Amino acid sequence: MIATAAPGWFLEHAYVIPLIPAVAFALIIAFGKRIPDTRIGRYTIPGGGSLIGVASMLGSLFFAAGAALQWIQYTDGENYVAAVRKSWVWWQSGGIEIGLGQQIDGLSVMVLLLVAFISTLVQIYSLEYLKGDRRYTHFFASLTLFSAGMLVMVLAENMVQLILGWEIMGLCSFMLIGHWWEEKANSRASLKAFFTVRTGDIGLLVGTAIVGLSAQKWITANGLQDQYSGFSIEGISRWALAGDSQYKSVLTWGAVALFIACIGKSGQFPLHTWLPDAMAGPTPVSSLLHSSTMVVAGVFLVARLYPVFFEGLRILDTNVNLIAVIGGITIIVAALLAFVQTDIKKVLAYSTVSQLGYMMMGLGVGAWTPAVFHIWTHAFFKCCLFLCAGSVAHSGSHHSFDMKKDMGGLWRKMPVTFVTWTISSMALAGVPFFAGWYSKDEIIDIAGGNQYWVFFAIGLAGAFLTTAYMTRATYLTFFGKARGAAAGIHDENHSDAHAPAPSAHGAADAHDAHDAHDAHDSHAGPHESPWLIKGPLVILATLAIIAGLINAPAFKIFKFEEWVEPKAMPVSLTGETIHEGSARNISVGAFGLRTSSEGESERKPVAAEGDGHSPTEGESGAEEHSAGYPGSAIEEGHLTGDCGTPGFVPAAGTTCYAPGVIHHEFEWVKALPAFLLVVLGFIISSAVCVTLYGKKRRPLAGLTERNIIARGLYKFLWNRYYLDALYEGVIVRGIAHPLARAMYWLNQNVFDGIVNGAGRSGRKVGEITYKYVDQGLVDGVVNGSGAAARGTGTALRPTQSGKVSQYGALLFAAAALAALILVLVNS
Amino acid sequence: MLTDQNWVLSVGVFLPLAGVLVMMFIPKSDELLVKFVGLLAALATLGIGIYTLAEFDYGQAEKLQFAVNTSWIDVIHSRYIVGLDGLSLPLYILSMVITVLVMIYSWNHVPSPGNPKAFYMLMLVLQVGMAGTFVAQDLVLFFVFFEIVLLPMYFMIGVWGGENRQYASLKFFLYTMFGSAFMLVAFLALFFKTGGTTFSMTQLADLVQQKYAEGGLTSTTMNLIFAGMALGFAVKVPMFPFHTWLPDAHTQAPTQGSVILAAILLKLGTYGFVRIALPILPQAAKVFAPWIGLLSVIGIIYGAWCCLAQTDMKRLIAFSSVAHMGFVMLGISTLTSYGINAAMFGMVAHGLITGMLFFVAGSVKDRYHTLEIKRLSGMLKQVPKLGWIMGFAAMASLGLPGLAGFWGEFPAILSAFEPAKGNVDLAIGPLSVNLYRTFMIIASIGTVFAAGYLLWLYQRTAFGTPTAEFAGLGADADDQDDHAHGAHDAHEGAEDTGHADGHHEKLHDVGIFEWIAWAPMLAAIVFFGVYPQAMFKVFDPAVSLISKKFGG
Amino acid sequence: MLLNQFLLLGAILFAIGVYGVVARRNAVLVLMSIELILNSVNINLLAFALRNGGDPTGHTFALYVIAVAAAEVGVGLALVLLVYRNRRSIALDELSEMKG
Repeated sequence: MIATAAPGWFLEHAYVIPLIPAVAFALIIAFGKRIPDTRIGRYTIPGGGSLIGVASMLGSLFFAAGAALQWIQYTDGENYVAAVRKSWVWWQSGGIEIGLGQQIDGLSVMVLLLVAFISTLVQIYSLEYLKGDRRYTHFFASLTLFSAGMLVMVLAENMVQLILGWEIMGLCSFMLIGHWWEEKANSRASLKAFFTVRTGDIGLLVGTAIVGLSAQKWITANGLQDQYSGFSIEGISRWALAGDSQYKSVLTWGAVALFIACIGKSGQFPLHTWLPDAMAGPTPVSSLLHSSTMVVAGVFLVARLYPVFFEGLRILDTNVNLIAVIGGITIIVAALLAFVQTDIKKVLAYSTVSQLGYMMMGLGVGAWTPAVFHIWTHAFFKCCLFLCAGSVAHSGSHHSFDMKKDMGGLWRKMPVTFVTWTISSMALAGVPFFAGWYSKDEIIDIAGGNQYWVFFAIGLAGAFLTTAYMTRATYLTFFGKARGAAAGIHDENHSDAHAPAPSAHGAADAHDAHDAHDAHDSHAGPHESPWLIKGPLVILATLAIIAGLINAPAFKIFKFEEWVEPKAMPVSLTGETIHEGSARNISVGAFGLRTSSEGESERKPVAAEGDGHSPTEGESGAEEHSAGYPGSAIEEGHLTGDCGTPGFVPAAGTTCYAPGVIHHEFEWVKALPAFLLVVLGFIISSAVCVTLYGKKRRPLAGLTERNIIARGLYKFLWNRYYLDALYEGVIVRGIAHPLARAMYWLNQNVFDGIVNGAGRSGRKVGEITYKYVDQGLVDGVVNGSGAAARGTGTALRPTQSGKVSQYGALLFAAAALAALILVLVNS
Repeated sequence: MLTDQNWVLSVGVFLPLAGVLVMMFIPKSDELLVKFVGLLAALATLGIGIYTLAEFDYGQAEKLQFAVNTSWIDVIHSRYIVGLDGLSLPLYILSMVITVLVMIYSWNHVPSPGNPKAFYMLMLVLQVGMAGTFVAQDLVLFFVFFEIVLLPMYFMIGVWGGENRQYASLKFFLYTMFGSAFMLVAFLALFFKTGGTTFSMTQLADLVQQKYAEGGLTSTTMNLIFAGMALGFAVKVPMFPFHTWLPDAHTQAPTQGSVILAAILLKLGTYGFVRIALPILPQAAKVFAPWIGLLSVIGIIYGAWCCLAQTDMKRLIAFSSVAHMGFVMLGISTLTSYGINAAMFGMVAHGLITGMLFFVAGSVKDRYHTLEIKRLSGMLKQVPKLGWIMGFAAMASLGLPGLAGFWGEFPAILSAFEPAKGNVDLAIGPLSVNLYRTFMIIASIGTVFAAGYLLWLYQRTAFGTPTAEFAGLGADADDQDDHAHGAHDAHEGAEDTGHADGHHEKLHDVGIFEWIAWAPMLAAIVFFGVYPQAMFKVFDPAVSLISKKFGG
Repeated sequence: MLLNQFLLLGAILFAIGVYGVVARRNAVLVLMSIELILNSVNINLLAFALRNGGDPTGHTFALYVIAVAAAEVGVGLALVLLVYRNRRSIALDELSEMKG
């Protein structure tokens, strides 16, 4: 049923959500530095414009929450609601108008809420964490603009607007990662982040060109120019799902190109190398970047343009596709790297990469909803973990992030941090009933259900590895004997306190230290952090437990699905009305395609009346919440011939609203292997940690020194598969140095040489003319007239003898010649 | 204002000459008065420009407005035809704005050996040439204005330039003259081949098609004529491989010269392509378009790589122009309205952004007396405002969306996805789609290099800590004091409280004249970046008229 | 008509004059040769005037030429006199200081 009610004020005006921080950014830049700290009683109200940032994020959060509530009302009981779209002309070129506007649907509402929420918490946390920083104002300005960029991207009406948000984030990440740019390592890291993402952006530009202009062609052919442009999300989605066969290869190229951008932005293999280096920034930045913004932008783009990827890469139609492969590789590759890190933030960074791999893989195997849901749950616990790491560094380890040198045994000293960390780690590891479990488990489940067995296995292996490395990190940080700073030993020379990491990023954290501790740190031993830090931790840890409950298949709660998942049903080409013509209609979505091996589940979809000329919206509507689908269409979770499935060709004048998501019935038995692996990972890892780090007992301690294979493996991982060496040492250095120099040499010596040569030879010609033509005529006079003479004109110089009679002779000779010519001509 | 015989444009073009006339009678020593009169003349000209902007009928931006058509040199059928349409309006105004801003900047930045009188007079003459080129609708008139520009710039580089100025100015002059010679021959050939009746651009466009249809003009002839024009314009653009005069001219020119050169002079070439070469000889344009496209993408990559090899900041920016103009020419070579729109936008954006970068480079040179990247470091610490402005300009230059540079770059890449489809009526075939898609990918790789060289430059000069040579001269001296107190508003102390030690004078941050000169450019970069429609809607109709010939 | 004879006379005088101008070194002789050339032209003018039925134009021109020639000889002789006073010679081939 089509929603008849108006979507509501907050949905209609969702575009104000990014506007608030954008304005706040301008305000902070303009006035921030002039606002001093104010003291009221015991409390100091921070100046420097930071509160403008916090306030703007609260404002955004308010509007985002309003939008989310209204979206829930709007979709409640509806089978199908079209996105709330708005667009104002931004630029026109060659008859195509591209607008700025909003495309509000379940996905964007969810991410808007998430981003606003996390940004708010991070900004509050930063009030304390960056107190006394030398670029306090700039920090908040960048942070605010960063959130604005992400929000713009999320509600982008079209690809160009999406690129706008995407690149603003890139810029801000550059400014934030390089926040302490005095150190070369930090500026290098920021440069690397920007540059790597930019490399991926080649794909974004090319992909947008491919997709946008092809969609425009289709739109023009179908006379839909007034509805949307070819660059709009809506237009592209309709085009991709319309099943027009002439665009098949274009779709594939577009999908591949766009996916390259996602690889760069979301830190997927092989462009993941910038992400760990990005830890050079202040911890709140890492937290924001790696939980809900920036890195999920790539995943978001795939989710947003899922029709393009679905059709272009033939998801569900083939056994393997690019997205799943890259996602799968990333899960394992990043998880392995997390084992050799000594820097707590880098463990988390690789864990982020690995989790992003899950999301990508989920999208690649057709698990759209769980992958998007994983964005949601992951944001809370990953943000919490980073903030915990920051809390540890802030109050526990004297601004060091080195787990081996400066941590250990902190759980007594920092109970709140420890508890929140543990909860979030369990959520990350996928321990049942924590937030991460609901999303991750369903991704793995669908990978298996859709018969992507390899990726099913990778998902399980990833779960095992995740538990193991998080156990290791937890052990090193909170258990065992206190070491270094955690034991109260201050090594003032921080840069030495770090193991010689391949990238010289160690110095970065030292900086963090110096900046922050001047103002407030009392150089006491480890202690718990103040409430501005603890507060966000507690909130996030709570959410790390309960955020998953909105979509808990285990408890038959499917709210997230209901609100966020777009419905795969035939719609008119404008996407505004459900098309009744092709009535074999399934309402995938809230309760659509759900296979069940039990068969008796109440959620088992009621088989539609045979061939199903059933008016879907009437039946599957509000109360019943179960829609029919033709039973015959489903075979072992695969579904063919229906809207939103591979190979489906919609009737003329219709298209599918979205690709179908095939959910599989939850069973405890299926969830068991993952759970067992988690337990196994925990046990093995704890045992290893205790032996290796705690008791330093053979055979594990010193294994890497003794065993050549272990050493080789360790070195390989420690050097991060030598990918950095390849990129920086070979490619970047190669281009920046020999290649660029060679080109410049070419410029100076060949191209410029030709020009200079032409100039020189021009002068030469003049000289030669002078020398031979001239001297050949009258020798002596030329010698006399000297070097001042130039060119052919001087050849006549000797005739200027000054002798009257000679002049006369010439005069008459000339006259005679003229007369002769006259006679000849006239005769 | 479509009325004929409207003299607004002529006044706008020649008003600076009145200023020159007045300045002649002011003694050289009265520098203040000289500057004042010069600036006043430029401001008055800008006033006329703004009047034009207000009176312009945006509803008919494709038509020539404020047109004047009166006899000039009857002997050769050349007439004084000027007019303004959406194509020329932005550039016409830009030339006036830039002249004013450059004059403001020069107020306390007259380069050695001084003599503001001559300097200001040259700038005014330059303004005449630039504005004239953008409004001329007659080939001879266009040529005259096109050449007028050369001389003041020659003297500007030759007199006020760097150590190697003689060489650079001569090279600039001769190289451009070399191109212009071919252009003139092409113009004359066009004139005679179409019956020797007119030099008017609009009439010639029709005449050429007529003659071509009658068989009086073979495609070989048209190609040759186009080649001549293209050579003239390509040198000015400059397109790879005719670009070698540019780095030398830029490096040696005084700041003001570099800014005008980058902001306006380079645009004369690209404007020539769009205004003259494409509409008059569409068939030949189609033949040459792939080659122009090829040279453009080579220029994009090549310019970027040369940038990476530079050790001098100004030279780096100069080479970046080669790369950026590559994007502009790529847009033009697609022969679609998409591409030409992108090129038009790119021209203005490049003018603003690269002009800004040259301003910054000039101010850096002013303070540090060097532009060697190795010796500069930690500018953000010493002259934070200048450093941030440079960062802003660099970001704009690398094509960050939301700033003007993006709208020249991205649509150009887009347009290469689908080049002109061809026009059966004019016997113009389609351009090779696959070739242009290859160009598209190469060009988008170019954007990565752009980010590379600009950010690398920024990292090396602005980030980090100042080199020992300049340490303690900038605002960082104060910073250290404040650091002890731990107050986070240390950067507020950027005012001059410290004292210079060592032989360098203290580095001061952006001054008042610099602010006045730069603020409009910075604002324009943001404004056109945020609201590109403001410009697209002006030239889109005029561009559509041209691209229609190619089926776009 | 005796036109041919007139023209022949004019041509002979002209040739003699040219010879004198080119070949003689004496400035006075060169001046006289110039007079010869001028007069040969006068003869031509008059001859054609007569042939055209006494057209006064020819006569007028001839009179002008005579007047100009007189002035020219005056100036010329003055120059020669001055040269002679300065250099004690009126040989033209020695007078080459004025070359450019």
